[in-house]
Amino acid sequence: MNVIDVFQVSKSFRGTRAVHDLSFGMAQGEIFGMVGPNGAGKTTTLRMLMDIIRPDSGEIEIFGQSIEEQTKNRIGYLPEERGLYKKNTVLESLVYLGALKGVSSSQAKERAAELLERVGMVQHKDKKVEELSRGMGQIIQLIVTILHNPELIVLDEPFAGLDPVNTELLKGFILEQRDQGKSIILSTHMMNQIEELCDRVLMINKGEAVLYGSLIEIKSRFRSNSVFLKCDSIPEELPGVVGRKEHAKYTELFLDQHTQPSQIIATLINRGVTLERFEISTPSLNEIFIKVAKGG
Amino acid sequence: MKKTLIIIRYEFKQILKKKTFIVATLAIPLLLFLGYGIYQGVEHWREPGAPAEKKIGYVDNVGAFTEYTRQDDITFIPYTNGEEAREALVACEVAEYFIIPSDYLSSGLITRYIIENEFEVPDDVWRGIEDFLLSNLLGDEVSSELLERAKVPMGLNTIQLDESGEIASEQDAASRYVLPIVFGLLFAFAILFSSGYLLQSVTEEKENRVIEVLLSSVSSSQLLVGKVLGLGTAGLLQIAVWFIAIWIFIRIASVNIPFLSELSITASVFAWGIVYFILGYLLFAAYYAAVGSLCSTAKEAHSLSGIIVLPAMLPLWLNFFIIGNPEGAFARALTLFPLSAPIAAMMRISRDSLAAWEIALSIIILVASAILTIWIASKLFRVFLLMYGKKPGLREIVRCVREA
Repeated sequence: MNVIDVFQVSKSFRGTRAVHDLSFGMAQGEIFGMVGPNGAGKTTTLRMLMDIIRPDSGEIEIFGQSIEEQTKNRIGYLPEERGLYKKNTVLESLVYLGALKGVSSSQAKERAAELLERVGMVQHKDKKVEELSRGMGQIIQLIVTILHNPELIVLDEPFAGLDPVNTELLKGFILEQRDQGKSIILSTHMMNQIEELCDRVLMINKGEAVLYGSLIEIKSRFRSNSVFLKCDSIPEELPGVVGRKEHAKYTELFLDQHTQPSQIIATLINRGVTLERFEISTPSLNEIFIKVAKGG
Repeated sequence: MKKTLIIIRYEFKQILKKKTFIVATLAIPLLLFLGYGIYQGVEHWREPGAPAEKKIGYVDNVGAFTEYTRQDDITFIPYTNGEEAREALVACEVAEYFIIPSDYLSSGLITRYIIENEFEVPDDVWRGIEDFLLSNLLGDEVSSELLERAKVPMGLNTIQLDESGEIASEQDAASRYVLPIVFGLLFAFAILFSSGYLLQSVTEEKENRVIEVLLSSVSSSQLLVGKVLGLGTAGLLQIAVWFIAIWIFIRIASVNIPFLSELSITASVFAWGIVYFILGYLLFAAYYAAVGSLCSTAKEAHSLSGIIVLPAMLPLWLNFFIIGNPEGAFARALTLFPLSAPIAAMMRISRDSLAAWEIALSIIILVASAILTIWIASKLFRVFLLMYGKKPGLREIVRCVREA
């Protein structure tokens, strides 16, 4: 059973199409990436998943049924626009927002203590939120998201505004949650983060899905059949190579349709070339996106 | 339901922590009792001064003022001429003196000489001199009884009758005005305060961006109901504190300030007060919630929220028409018009001039408009709560309500 099923969902605001005929599914226990440029419709999609706004048409099922009050308790949502009560202390905020997810006050305090300990912020628990730095506020927001131990975690641009240390901390959290069997949906315009963490990807542009599938499958689909090469000297003539491009630290060789990278490496070794680097090129998600966006 | 209760409790606690709320709630009782304390202090301080013996000198150029030299606490001491009297005054033998000129009988004028500053002639001195002159003028002519009556010719007792000639229930003109205005004002404060807090709380959450976190846990209508009821409970607490303070104040202070004993808060006034407060508050709160959801910042919201205050305050500004003619067409219209109804009705109920059918009709209208406003507010709340930037136009709002 899928954790999320979205069927042909559309939504417009003031006549502007935000999401159009979008369908996708997300399996239990995976990290699902939603990528696309700013304004692609990612946040609108996530808000519809959370039942914060309603789609104009189409259907959404979470845990196999349409969303209701009890379902919300099983989801943790980190909105793109972070928000906490500035005048409240960290602990007050956690207890109140936890209570709204059905966590009792004592449970919330216990879990908050545990999570604050994890991120080394126990000493800040009685500070007002407005006294915290931006980065700290983000971490508290993340704790709010997972305080009630949700089965599904929805993260909207979670890396925005985090320094490298906190970025690593957040990645650790995400992988740890996945290992505990949680399902995580991660929306970002930073493709490199998706490449690092996600199993499957939905790429949307202008409200429509442009790519959808497992990361490995997508990458192999967009592979340009070239290799990166660095060695003492590259032979002028190589069978199967149709072109070459000089980069700063390596040379890229473009192969014809019938040639495999392994044949090239065999030829090079046969000719006694000393290899420093040999790599099968895979396009980054970024490159794939640009390609798809231009093509579409 | 459980989550709504959590929000109610949270909002209630949050507002109880607000300084402005605490100050506003306690200010009325504090001012009342402080004012009473000062009044008591002044009275207390004045009293011991009054019975002190006083000596007043006089020069009688008519030759007819020789007797009755003792009037209450004042002793009149004769001097043969002005010079002698002045020396006595300078030597502090007398507090002051006056000269009765030889043409007094025709002119009625006497001249008074004093040393200490005074704002006006003290009552006791005025009355003392008057009594002294009157007693000497008439003492030999009339009986002592008649003399007393001449000194105090009347004590006045006024009774107001109503149109049918029966004795009217309220006899003091001032009390007729005081209670309705006090009630109207307190009501306006309480309703506008608590619905104002609602507006503040909504715009604050919008500005803080907490709203999306909240909406991921609860629905927009749970949030709306929770906020309205939480802050409404606080408003109810506030107005109850004020009512009770005024009631206790009247109880205590009417012993010393007779005027207050004319005022009374009956149980029915109290009960209707609660009903009208709740309905009025719901109407205003729903409007403010809608305004809050439409605006991105508190600043923006303030101008829109002001529009509704004007009709609400109308009964207070035009209080003369309501109190002067509580059963007139104008008073009736303001009682039925939902925005002005809570305050107008309270002003009239405290005067006991609201017929049962009027109460019933105004409450029906108020309930209907509160429900309608809440319904519209919940639609707008859902759609506009997460929209920032440009405020939607009226046409868009109407369309949204219609579509929802």
